Amino acid sequence: MKIDDLLKSPSEWVKADGPNSKIVMSSRVRLARNIRDHPFPGWAKKPERQKLLELIQPVVEALPEMADHFGDSMDNITAIHKQVLVERHLISREHAAKNVGSGVVINGRETISVMVNEEDHLRMQAIKSGLQLKTIFKIIDRVDTELEEHLDFAFSPKLGYLTACPTNVGTGMRGSAMVHLPGMVLSDQINQVVQAVNKLGLAVRGLYGEGTEALGNVFQVSNQTSLGEKEMEVIERLNKVMLQIIEHEENARITLLEKKPKLVYDQIGRAYGILSNAHTISSKEALNLLSLVRMGVDLDIFPATARAMVDEMFILSQPAHVQRAAARKLTAEERDILRAELIRVQLASISKPNLNDRPAVDGGRVEPE
Amino acid sequence: MICDSCKQADATVYLAKIVDGKLLKVNLCEPCAKQKGVEDAAGFAEDLLIGLGAAEEMKVEAPGAQCAVCGFTQADFKKTGRLGCSACWDAFEAGLGSLLKAMHKGDHHVGKVPAKAMHTLALNGKIHELSEQLEKAVREEKYEDAAQIRDEIRELETKLKKAASVARAAE
Repeated sequence: MKIDDLLKSPSEWVKADGPNSKIVMSSRVRLARNIRDHPFPGWAKKPERQKLLELIQPVVEALPEMADHFGDSMDNITAIHKQVLVERHLISREHAAKNVGSGVVINGRETISVMVNEEDHLRMQAIKSGLQLKTIFKIIDRVDTELEEHLDFAFSPKLGYLTACPTNVGTGMRGSAMVHLPGMVLSDQINQVVQAVNKLGLAVRGLYGEGTEALGNVFQVSNQTSLGEKEMEVIERLNKVMLQIIEHEENARITLLEKKPKLVYDQIGRAYGILSNAHTISSKEALNLLSLVRMGVDLDIFPATARAMVDEMFILSQPAHVQRAAARKLTAEERDILRAELIRVQLASISKPNLNDRPAVDGGRVEPE
Repeated sequence: MICDSCKQADATVYLAKIVDGKLLKVNLCEPCAKQKGVEDAAGFAEDLLIGLGAAEEMKVEAPGAQCAVCGFTQADFKKTGRLGCSACWDAFEAGLGSLLKAMHKGDHHVGKVPAKAMHTLALNGKIHELSEQLEKAVREEKYEDAAQIRDEIRELETKLKKAASVARAAE
Protein backbone atom coordinates (compact mmCIF):
# COMPACT_ATOMS: atom_id res chain seq x y z
CA MET A 1 0.00 0.00 0.00
CA LYS A 2 1.31 3.48 -0.85
CA ILE A 3 1.18 6.23 1.74
CA ASP A 4 -1.34 8.22 -0.30
CA ASP A 5 -3.69 5.22 -0.31
CA LEU A 6 -3.28 4.93 3.46
CA LEU A 7 -3.97 8.61 4.10
CA LYS A 8 -6.83 8.94 1.59
CA SER A 9 -9.51 8.25 4.18
CA PRO A 10 -9.47 9.26 7.84
CA SER A 11 -8.30 6.78 10.49
CA GLU A 12 -10.93 4.32 11.62
CA TRP A 13 -10.73 5.62 15.21
CA VAL A 14 -11.96 9.05 14.08
CA LYS A 15 -15.38 7.60 13.21
CA ALA A 16 -16.53 7.91 16.84
CA ASP A 17 -18.52 4.68 16.81
CA GLY A 18 -16.86 3.07 19.84
CA PRO A 19 -18.40 2.76 23.31
CA ASN A 20 -18.59 6.06 25.23
CA SER A 21 -17.18 7.89 22.22
CA LYS A 22 -19.10 11.06 23.12
CA ILE A 23 -16.52 11.75 25.80
CA VAL A 24 -13.70 9.30 25.08
CA MET A 25 -12.48 10.09 21.59
CA SER A 26 -10.03 7.19 21.37
CA SER A 27 -8.15 4.59 23.40
CA ARG A 28 -4.67 3.38 22.69
CA VAL A 29 -2.36 0.70 24.09
CA ARG A 30 1.29 0.44 23.19
CA LEU A 31 3.93 -2.15 23.99
CA ALA A 32 7.70 -1.58 23.95
CA ARG A 33 9.95 -4.49 22.95
CA ASN A 34 13.65 -4.91 22.21
CA ILE A 35 15.89 -7.51 20.65
CA ARG A 36 18.19 -9.22 23.15
CA ASP A 37 21.80 -8.00 23.41
CA HIS A 38 21.56 -5.46 20.59
CA PRO A 39 22.13 -1.79 21.39
CA PHE A 40 18.91 0.21 21.77
CA PRO A 41 18.24 2.63 18.87
CA GLY A 42 19.43 5.67 20.82
CA TRP A 43 22.83 4.06 21.45
CA ALA A 44 23.23 1.94 18.29
CA LYS A 45 25.40 3.11 15.40
CA LYS A 46 23.71 3.65 12.05
CA PRO A 47 24.75 0.28 10.52
CA GLU A 48 23.46 -1.54 13.61
CA ARG A 49 20.14 0.25 13.39
CA GLN A 50 19.86 -0.57 9.70
CA LYS A 51 20.67 -4.22 10.36
CA LEU A 52 17.93 -4.48 12.95
CA LEU A 53 15.45 -2.62 10.78
CA GLU A 54 16.13 -5.16 8.02
CA LEU A 55 15.53 -7.95 10.52
CA ILE A 56 12.37 -6.55 12.14
CA GLN A 57 10.49 -4.76 9.35
CA PRO A 58 9.81 -7.89 7.19
CA VAL A 59 8.62 -9.85 10.25
CA VAL A 60 6.14 -7.09 11.12
CA GLU A 61 4.96 -6.77 7.52
CA ALA A 62 4.30 -10.52 7.38
CA LEU A 63 1.86 -10.44 10.34
CA PRO A 64 -1.68 -11.58 9.46
CA GLU A 65 -2.90 -8.27 10.95
CA MET A 66 -0.77 -6.48 8.39
CA ALA A 67 -2.18 -8.27 5.31
CA ASP A 68 -3.12 -4.81 4.02
CA HIS A 69 -0.47 -2.33 5.13
CA PHE A 70 1.77 0.62 4.49
CA GLY A 71 5.37 0.07 5.49
CA ASP A 72 8.50 2.02 4.76
CA SER A 73 11.79 3.27 6.07
CA MET A 74 11.49 6.73 7.66
CA ASP A 75 13.93 8.30 5.18
CA ASN A 76 11.50 7.46 2.35
CA ILE A 77 8.61 9.35 3.93
CA THR A 78 8.25 13.09 3.28
CA ALA A 79 8.19 15.58 6.15
CA ILE A 80 4.51 16.42 5.48
CA HIS A 81 3.49 12.77 5.46
CA LYS A 82 5.38 12.16 8.70
CA GLN A 83 3.57 15.08 10.30
CA VAL A 84 0.21 13.77 9.06
CA LEU A 85 1.02 10.44 10.76
CA VAL A 86 1.83 12.33 13.99
CA GLU A 87 -1.46 14.22 13.81
CA ARG A 88 -3.27 10.90 13.41
CA HIS A 89 -1.42 9.53 16.47
CA LEU A 90 0.10 6.74 14.39
CA ILE A 91 3.72 7.69 15.09
CA SER A 92 5.35 9.83 17.78
CA ARG A 93 6.89 13.23 17.21
CA GLU A 94 10.27 11.70 18.03
CA HIS A 95 9.78 9.04 15.40
CA ALA A 96 8.86 11.65 12.79
CA ALA A 97 12.36 13.09 13.28
CA LYS A 98 13.99 9.75 12.40
CA ASN A 99 15.41 8.87 9.02
CA VAL A 100 17.75 6.09 7.88
CA GLY A 101 17.59 3.04 10.13
CA SER A 102 14.05 3.55 11.42
CA GLY A 103 10.79 2.37 9.93
CA VAL A 104 7.05 2.14 10.38
CA VAL A 105 4.34 -0.36 9.47
CA ILE A 106 0.65 0.63 9.66
CA ASN A 107 -2.36 -1.50 8.76
CA GLY A 108 -4.84 -0.15 6.21
CA ARG A 109 -7.51 0.64 8.81
CA GLU A 110 -4.91 2.54 10.85
CA THR A 111 -5.83 0.61 13.98
CA ILE A 112 -2.38 -0.97 14.41
CA SER A 113 0.98 0.71 13.92
CA VAL A 114 4.47 -0.51 14.67
CA MET A 115 7.41 1.88 14.92
CA VAL A 116 10.77 0.23 14.37
CA ASN A 117 13.79 1.82 16.08
CA GLU A 118 12.02 4.61 17.88
CA GLU A 119 13.31 4.72 21.47
CA ASP A 120 13.00 0.93 21.62
CA HIS A 121 13.49 -1.53 18.77
CA LEU A 122 9.74 -2.00 18.57
CA ARG A 123 6.91 0.23 19.70
CA MET A 124 3.63 -1.34 18.68
CA GLN A 125 0.25 0.22 19.30
CA ALA A 126 -3.42 -0.38 18.68
CA ILE A 127 -5.88 2.52 18.65
CA LYS A 128 -9.67 2.54 18.42
CA SER A 129 -12.58 4.88 18.87
CA GLY A 130 -14.19 5.25 22.31
CA LEU A 131 -13.34 3.55 25.58
CA GLN A 132 -12.34 -0.04 24.82
CA LEU A 133 -8.95 -0.53 26.38
CA LYS A 134 -9.44 -4.27 27.00
CA THR A 135 -10.30 -5.00 23.39
CA ILE A 136 -7.36 -2.93 22.23
CA PHE A 137 -4.97 -4.61 24.64
CA LYS A 138 -6.02 -8.01 23.28
CA ILE A 139 -5.32 -6.87 19.72
CA ILE A 140 -1.82 -5.64 20.47
CA ASP A 141 -1.09 -8.56 22.82
CA ARG A 142 -1.77 -10.94 19.93
CA VAL A 143 0.52 -8.99 17.63
CA ASP A 144 3.23 -9.25 20.32
CA THR A 145 2.72 -13.01 20.72
CA GLU A 146 2.99 -13.50 16.96
CA LEU A 147 6.15 -11.40 16.79
CA GLU A 148 7.90 -13.22 19.64
CA GLU A 149 7.83 -16.43 17.60
CA HIS A 150 10.22 -14.82 15.15
CA LEU A 151 12.13 -12.30 17.26
CA ASP A 152 14.20 -12.91 20.40
CA PHE A 153 12.80 -10.27 22.74
CA ALA A 154 14.94 -9.06 25.63
CA PHE A 155 13.21 -10.43 28.72
CA SER A 156 14.34 -11.04 32.27
CA PRO A 157 12.31 -13.21 34.66
CA LYS A 158 12.76 -10.55 37.35
CA LEU A 159 12.32 -7.32 35.42
CA GLY A 160 10.16 -8.44 32.50
CA TYR A 161 10.60 -6.85 29.08
CA LEU A 162 13.79 -4.80 29.07
CA THR A 163 13.45 -1.32 27.61
CA ALA A 164 15.69 1.66 26.93
CA CYS A 165 13.96 3.78 29.56
CA PRO A 166 13.43 2.52 33.13
CA THR A 167 9.90 3.95 33.07
CA ASN A 168 8.81 1.27 30.60
CA VAL A 169 10.52 -1.84 31.96
CA GLY A 170 8.29 -4.75 32.99
CA THR A 171 5.23 -4.92 30.79
CA GLY A 172 6.49 -2.23 28.40
CA MET A 173 2.87 -1.22 28.27
CA ARG A 174 1.25 2.17 28.25
CA GLY A 175 -2.50 2.48 27.92
CA SER A 176 -4.05 5.86 27.25
CA ALA A 177 -7.38 7.43 26.48
CA MET A 178 -8.05 10.73 24.75
CA VAL A 179 -10.94 12.46 26.50
CA HIS A 180 -13.00 15.49 25.55
CA LEU A 181 -13.83 17.44 28.72
CA PRO A 182 -15.36 20.82 27.82
CA GLY A 183 -17.83 20.64 30.71
CA MET A 184 -15.10 20.38 33.31
CA VAL A 185 -13.03 23.10 31.68
CA LEU A 186 -16.01 25.51 31.46
CA SER A 187 -16.91 24.85 35.10
CA ASP A 188 -13.30 25.20 36.30
CA GLN A 189 -13.17 21.67 37.69
CA ILE A 190 -10.46 20.37 35.43
CA ASN A 191 -7.52 21.11 37.74
CA GLN A 192 -9.09 19.13 40.56
CA VAL A 193 -9.59 16.18 38.26
CA VAL A 194 -6.03 16.36 36.99
CA GLN A 195 -4.71 16.36 40.54
CA ALA A 196 -6.93 13.49 41.62
CA VAL A 197 -5.89 11.39 38.64
CA ASN A 198 -2.21 12.22 39.22
CA LYS A 199 -2.49 10.90 42.75
CA LEU A 200 -3.57 7.55 41.33
CA GLY A 201 -0.27 7.29 39.48
CA LEU A 202 -1.87 8.20 36.17
CA ALA A 203 -0.76 11.11 34.02
CA VAL A 204 -3.01 13.72 32.45
CA ARG A 205 -1.69 15.79 29.65
CA GLY A 206 -3.13 18.16 27.13
CA LEU A 207 -3.39 16.98 23.58
CA TYR A 208 -0.99 19.58 22.27
CA GLY A 209 1.07 21.00 25.07
CA GLU A 210 1.87 20.60 28.70
CA GLY A 211 -0.33 22.48 31.14
CA THR A 212 -3.91 21.91 31.99
CA GLU A 213 -5.74 24.08 29.49
CA ALA A 214 -5.54 21.65 26.65
CA LEU A 215 -6.34 22.60 23.09
CA GLY A 216 -9.84 21.66 22.09
CA ASN A 217 -10.49 20.60 25.70
CA VAL A 218 -8.92 17.27 24.85
CA PHE A 219 -6.80 15.49 27.46
CA GLN A 220 -4.86 12.28 27.53
CA VAL A 221 -4.94 10.01 30.54
CA SER A 222 -2.35 7.24 30.76
CA ASN A 223 -0.70 4.85 33.21
CA GLN A 224 2.76 5.76 34.46
CA THR A 225 4.05 2.51 35.89
CA SER A 226 4.92 -0.73 34.14
CA LEU A 227 6.58 -2.90 36.78
CA GLY A 228 4.92 -4.89 39.55
CA GLU A 229 1.43 -5.05 38.06
CA LYS A 230 -0.18 -7.33 35.49
CA GLU A 231 -1.20 -5.80 32.18
CA MET A 232 -4.89 -6.42 32.79
CA GLU A 233 -4.71 -4.87 36.27
CA VAL A 234 -3.34 -1.67 34.78
CA ILE A 235 -5.95 -1.71 32.00
CA GLU A 236 -8.74 -2.25 34.49
CA ARG A 237 -7.52 0.55 36.76
CA LEU A 238 -7.32 2.89 33.80
CA ASN A 239 -10.76 1.82 32.64
CA LYS A 240 -12.25 2.42 36.07
CA VAL A 241 -10.75 5.91 36.27
CA MET A 242 -12.01 6.67 32.77
CA LEU A 243 -15.56 5.70 33.74
CA GLN A 244 -15.32 8.06 36.71
CA ILE A 245 -14.04 10.86 34.51
CA ILE A 246 -16.96 10.27 32.13
CA GLU A 247 -19.39 10.51 35.02
CA HIS A 248 -17.79 13.73 36.30
CA GLU A 249 -17.89 15.27 32.85
CA GLU A 250 -21.56 14.37 32.42
CA ASN A 251 -22.38 15.84 35.81
CA ALA A 252 -20.42 18.99 35.04
CA ARG A 253 -22.45 19.45 31.86
CA ILE A 254 -25.76 18.87 33.65
CA THR A 255 -24.84 21.37 36.37
CA LEU A 256 -23.70 23.93 33.81
CA LEU A 257 -26.98 23.64 31.91
CA GLU A 258 -28.96 24.01 35.12
CA LYS A 259 -27.00 26.92 36.57
CA LYS A 260 -25.61 28.76 33.57
CA PRO A 261 -27.56 27.68 30.48
CA LYS A 262 -26.98 31.02 28.77
CA LEU A 263 -23.23 30.71 29.16
CA VAL A 264 -23.30 27.28 27.53
CA TYR A 265 -25.60 28.38 24.66
CA ASP A 266 -23.56 31.52 24.15
CA GLN A 267 -20.29 29.59 23.88
CA ILE A 268 -21.73 27.03 21.48
CA GLY A 269 -23.57 29.64 19.41
CA ARG A 270 -20.49 31.82 19.09
CA ALA A 271 -18.32 28.86 18.15
CA TYR A 272 -20.75 27.96 15.37
CA GLY A 273 -20.92 31.60 14.29
CA ILE A 274 -17.17 32.05 14.02
CA LEU A 275 -16.47 28.71 12.37
CA SER A 276 -19.15 29.22 9.74
CA ASN A 277 -18.05 32.76 8.95
CA ALA A 278 -14.29 32.90 9.49
CA HIS A 279 -11.99 33.44 6.52
CA THR A 280 -8.75 32.82 8.36
CA ILE A 281 -8.30 30.73 11.48
CA SER A 282 -5.38 29.19 13.37
CA SER A 283 -5.45 25.48 14.23
CA LYS A 284 -5.54 26.39 17.92
CA GLU A 285 -8.65 28.56 17.59
CA ALA A 286 -10.26 26.01 15.28
CA LEU A 287 -9.76 23.18 17.77
CA ASN A 288 -11.12 25.20 20.68
CA LEU A 289 -14.25 26.17 18.74
CA LEU A 290 -14.76 22.71 17.22
CA SER A 291 -14.71 21.38 20.78
CA LEU A 292 -17.71 23.56 21.65
CA VAL A 293 -19.58 22.46 18.54
CA ARG A 294 -18.79 18.86 19.50
CA MET A 295 -20.34 19.46 22.91
CA GLY A 296 -23.30 21.02 21.09
CA VAL A 297 -23.81 17.73 19.27
CA ASP A 298 -23.70 15.85 22.59
CA LEU A 299 -26.37 18.22 23.93
CA ASP A 300 -28.63 17.74 20.87
CA ILE A 301 -28.15 21.34 19.83
CA PHE A 302 -26.82 20.04 16.53
CA PRO A 303 -27.98 16.86 14.76
CA ALA A 304 -26.18 13.66 15.75
CA THR A 305 -25.02 13.25 12.16
CA ALA A 306 -22.72 16.25 12.68
CA ARG A 307 -20.52 14.34 15.11
CA ALA A 308 -18.56 12.44 12.49
CA MET A 309 -17.89 15.67 10.62
CA VAL A 310 -16.71 17.53 13.73
CA ASP A 311 -14.41 14.68 14.75
CA GLU A 312 -12.97 14.54 11.26
CA MET A 313 -12.38 18.30 11.32
CA PHE A 314 -10.47 17.87 14.61
CA ILE A 315 -7.86 16.02 12.59
CA LEU A 316 -8.26 17.64 9.17
CA SER A 317 -7.79 21.16 10.54
CA GLN A 318 -4.33 20.39 11.87
CA PRO A 319 -1.39 21.94 10.02
CA ALA A 320 -0.03 18.97 8.06
CA HIS A 321 -3.51 17.82 7.08
CA VAL A 322 -4.36 21.31 5.77
CA GLN A 323 -1.05 21.39 3.94
CA ARG A 324 -1.80 18.01 2.41
CA ALA A 325 -5.21 19.24 1.19
CA ALA A 326 -3.45 21.90 -0.89
CA ALA A 327 -1.63 21.04 -4.08
CA ARG A 328 1.30 23.32 -3.32
CA LYS A 329 3.41 24.43 -0.36
CA LEU A 330 1.51 26.91 1.83
CA THR A 331 2.69 29.63 4.18
CA ALA A 332 1.21 29.71 7.70
CA GLU A 333 -1.15 32.52 6.61
CA GLU A 334 -2.29 30.57 3.56
CA ARG A 335 -2.90 27.54 5.75
CA ASP A 336 -5.12 29.57 8.08
CA ILE A 337 -7.15 30.75 5.06
CA LEU A 338 -7.51 27.24 3.63
CA ARG A 339 -8.40 25.84 7.09
CA ALA A 340 -11.18 28.42 7.51
CA GLU A 341 -12.50 27.50 4.08
CA LEU A 342 -12.45 23.75 4.76
CA ILE A 343 -14.35 24.25 8.01
CA ARG A 344 -16.85 26.77 6.51
CA VAL A 345 -17.78 24.31 3.76
CA GLN A 346 -18.29 21.52 6.27
CA LEU A 347 -20.33 23.62 8.71
CA ALA A 348 -22.65 24.75 5.91
CA SER A 349 -23.99 21.19 5.87
CA ILE A 350 -25.29 21.35 9.45
CA SER A 351 -28.25 23.46 10.45
CA LYS A 352 -28.03 26.48 12.76
CA PRO A 353 -27.93 25.63 16.47
CA ASN A 354 -31.33 24.89 17.89
CA LEU A 355 -31.16 26.88 21.11
CA ASN A 356 -34.79 27.90 21.53
CA ASP A 357 -35.96 24.70 23.14
CA ARG A 358 -34.00 23.59 26.11
CA PRO A 359 -32.17 20.48 25.00
CA ALA A 360 -32.61 17.26 26.88
CA VAL A 361 -29.52 16.33 28.82
CA ASP A 362 -28.42 12.85 27.98
CA GLY A 363 -24.90 11.74 28.60
CA GLY A 364 -25.53 8.57 26.64
CA ARG A 365 -23.20 6.54 28.79
CA VAL A 366 -23.07 2.81 28.14
CA GLU A 367 -22.17 0.13 30.61
CA PRO A 368 -18.47 -0.67 31.05
CA GLU A 369 -17.15 -3.41 28.83
CA MET B 1 19.23 27.06 36.73
CA ILE B 2 21.09 24.83 34.32
CA CYS B 3 19.54 22.46 31.77
CA ASP B 4 19.31 18.87 33.05
CA SER B 5 19.91 17.47 29.61
CA CYS B 6 22.89 19.31 28.09
CA LYS B 7 24.18 20.66 31.43
CA GLN B 8 25.28 23.82 29.62
CA ALA B 9 22.55 26.27 28.72
CA ASP B 10 20.20 28.00 31.15
CA ALA B 11 16.96 26.12 31.67
CA THR B 12 13.82 27.96 30.62
CA VAL B 13 11.38 25.04 30.47
CA TYR B 14 10.41 23.69 33.87
CA LEU B 15 8.45 20.49 34.13
CA ALA B 16 7.08 18.87 37.23
CA LYS B 17 4.97 15.81 37.72
CA ILE B 18 3.65 13.96 40.71
CA VAL B 19 3.92 10.20 40.46
CA ASP B 20 2.70 8.14 43.39
CA GLY B 21 3.04 11.15 45.64
CA LYS B 22 6.63 11.82 44.58
CA LEU B 23 7.51 15.05 42.86
CA LEU B 24 9.74 14.73 39.83
CA LYS B 25 11.24 17.87 38.35
CA VAL B 26 13.07 18.43 35.11
CA ASN B 27 14.53 21.69 33.90
CA LEU B 28 15.45 22.06 30.26
CA CYS B 29 16.81 24.73 27.97
CA GLU B 30 14.74 25.73 24.95
CA PRO B 31 16.72 23.72 22.34
CA CYS B 32 16.80 20.57 24.50
CA ALA B 33 13.07 20.86 25.23
CA LYS B 34 12.39 21.23 21.54
CA GLN B 35 14.67 18.37 20.61
CA LYS B 36 12.97 16.09 23.09
CA GLY B 37 9.51 17.09 21.94
CA VAL B 38 8.48 18.52 25.30
CA GLU B 39 6.60 21.45 23.77
CA ASP B 40 4.59 19.06 21.65
CA ALA B 41 3.43 16.45 24.14
CA ALA B 42 1.35 14.63 21.56
CA GLY B 43 1.41 11.83 24.06
CA PHE B 44 5.04 10.86 24.11
CA ALA B 45 6.95 13.39 26.21
CA GLU B 46 6.24 11.91 29.60
CA ASP B 47 8.84 9.15 29.20
CA LEU B 48 11.46 11.82 28.94
CA LEU B 49 10.17 13.66 31.96
CA ILE B 50 10.35 10.71 34.27
CA GLY B 51 13.41 9.25 32.59
CA LEU B 52 15.48 12.36 33.22
CA GLY B 53 14.09 12.95 36.69
CA ALA B 54 14.92 9.38 37.54
CA ALA B 55 18.45 9.54 36.22
CA GLU B 56 19.03 12.41 38.62
CA GLU B 57 18.15 10.17 41.50
CA MET B 58 20.25 7.22 40.45
CA LYS B 59 22.99 6.42 42.90
CA VAL B 60 26.46 6.48 41.41
CA GLU B 61 27.87 3.45 43.12
CA ALA B 62 30.43 2.67 40.47
CA PRO B 63 30.87 5.64 38.18
CA GLY B 64 33.30 3.73 35.98
CA ALA B 65 30.93 0.78 35.48
CA GLN B 66 30.53 -0.19 31.86
CA CYS B 67 28.28 -2.65 30.02
CA ALA B 68 30.39 -5.46 28.56
CA VAL B 69 28.02 -5.94 25.62
CA CYS B 70 27.54 -2.39 24.32
CA GLY B 71 30.09 -0.23 26.16
CA PHE B 72 27.48 2.02 27.74
CA THR B 73 28.57 3.66 31.01
CA GLN B 74 26.73 4.85 34.07
CA ALA B 75 27.69 8.39 33.14
CA ASP B 76 25.90 7.90 29.80
CA PHE B 77 22.82 6.86 31.72
CA LYS B 78 22.95 9.94 33.92
CA LYS B 79 23.13 12.08 30.81
CA THR B 80 20.32 10.50 28.81
CA GLY B 81 18.08 8.69 31.30
CA ARG B 82 18.21 5.74 28.89
CA LEU B 83 20.19 2.50 28.87
CA GLY B 84 22.38 1.23 26.02
CA CYS B 85 21.13 -2.33 25.50
CA SER B 86 19.27 -5.12 27.29
CA ALA B 87 22.51 -6.33 28.92
CA CYS B 88 22.89 -2.92 30.61
CA TRP B 89 20.08 -3.97 32.92
CA ASP B 90 22.46 -6.58 34.37
CA ALA B 91 25.51 -4.35 34.30
CA PHE B 92 23.85 -1.53 36.23
CA GLU B 93 21.46 -3.63 38.29
CA ALA B 94 22.76 -2.35 41.64
CA GLY B 95 22.13 1.32 40.85
CA LEU B 96 18.79 0.71 39.18
CA GLY B 97 17.08 -1.17 42.00
CA SER B 98 16.14 1.74 44.24
CA LEU B 99 15.22 3.83 41.25
CA LEU B 100 12.76 1.22 39.98
CA LYS B 101 11.23 0.92 43.42
CA ALA B 102 10.60 4.67 43.54
CA MET B 103 9.23 4.72 40.03
CA HIS B 104 6.99 1.66 39.88
CA LYS B 105 4.37 -0.25 41.83
CA GLY B 106 6.71 -3.14 42.57
CA ASP B 107 10.28 -4.28 41.98
CA HIS B 108 9.62 -7.40 39.94
CA HIS B 109 7.67 -8.33 36.84
CA VAL B 110 4.33 -10.09 37.25
CA GLY B 111 2.94 -9.58 33.74
CA LYS B 112 3.23 -11.40 30.44
CA VAL B 113 6.04 -13.90 29.88
CA PRO B 114 7.10 -14.81 26.33
CA ALA B 115 6.51 -18.48 25.51
CA LYS B 116 10.24 -19.05 25.00
CA ALA B 117 11.06 -17.69 28.44
CA MET B 118 8.21 -19.67 29.97
CA HIS B 119 10.15 -22.92 29.46
CA THR B 120 13.23 -21.47 31.11
CA LEU B 121 11.15 -20.06 33.94
CA ALA B 122 9.58 -23.45 34.59
CA LEU B 123 13.02 -25.09 34.71
CA ASN B 124 14.29 -22.40 37.06
CA GLY B 125 11.31 -22.91 39.32
CA LYS B 126 11.85 -26.66 39.42
CA ILE B 127 15.56 -26.24 40.22
CA HIS B 128 14.71 -23.82 43.01
CA GLU B 129 12.22 -26.32 44.45
CA LEU B 130 14.69 -29.21 44.28
CA SER B 131 17.42 -27.11 45.90
CA GLU B 132 15.17 -26.62 48.90
CA GLN B 133 14.49 -30.35 49.05
CA LEU B 134 18.22 -31.01 48.86
CA GLU B 135 18.92 -28.74 51.80
CA LYS B 136 16.22 -30.44 53.78
CA ALA B 137 17.58 -33.91 52.95
CA VAL B 138 21.07 -32.89 54.03
CA ARG B 139 19.72 -31.38 57.25
CA GLU B 140 17.93 -34.62 58.00
CA GLU B 141 21.06 -36.59 57.07
CA LYS B 142 19.21 -38.49 54.33
CA TYR B 143 22.30 -38.62 52.14
CA GLU B 144 21.00 -41.14 49.63
CA ASP B 145 18.00 -38.93 48.86
CA ALA B 146 20.29 -35.92 48.69
CA ALA B 147 22.51 -37.56 46.09
CA GLN B 148 19.49 -38.40 43.94
CA ILE B 149 18.11 -34.85 44.16
CA ARG B 150 21.54 -33.44 43.31
CA ASP B 151 21.61 -35.55 40.15
CA GLU B 152 18.15 -34.30 39.16
CA ILE B 153 19.25 -30.70 39.64
CA ARG B 154 22.33 -31.29 37.47
CA GLU B 155 20.17 -32.75 34.73
CA LEU B 156 17.82 -29.75 34.79
CA GLU B 157 20.74 -27.34 34.74
CA THR B 158 22.07 -29.03 31.63
CA LYS B 159 18.65 -28.62 30.01
CA LEU B 160 18.60 -24.97 31.01
CA LYS B 161 22.00 -24.35 29.44
CA LYS B 162 20.87 -26.09 26.27
CA ALA B 163 17.72 -23.94 26.10
CA ALA B 164 19.80 -20.78 26.48
CA SER B 165 22.23 -21.77 23.71
CA VAL B 166 19.34 -22.70 21.41
CA ALA B 167 17.85 -19.24 21.98
CA ARG B 168 21.19 -17.63 21.08
CA ALA B 169 21.59 -19.79 17.98
CA ALA B 170 18.04 -19.00 16.83
CA GLU B 171 18.99 -15.37 16.81
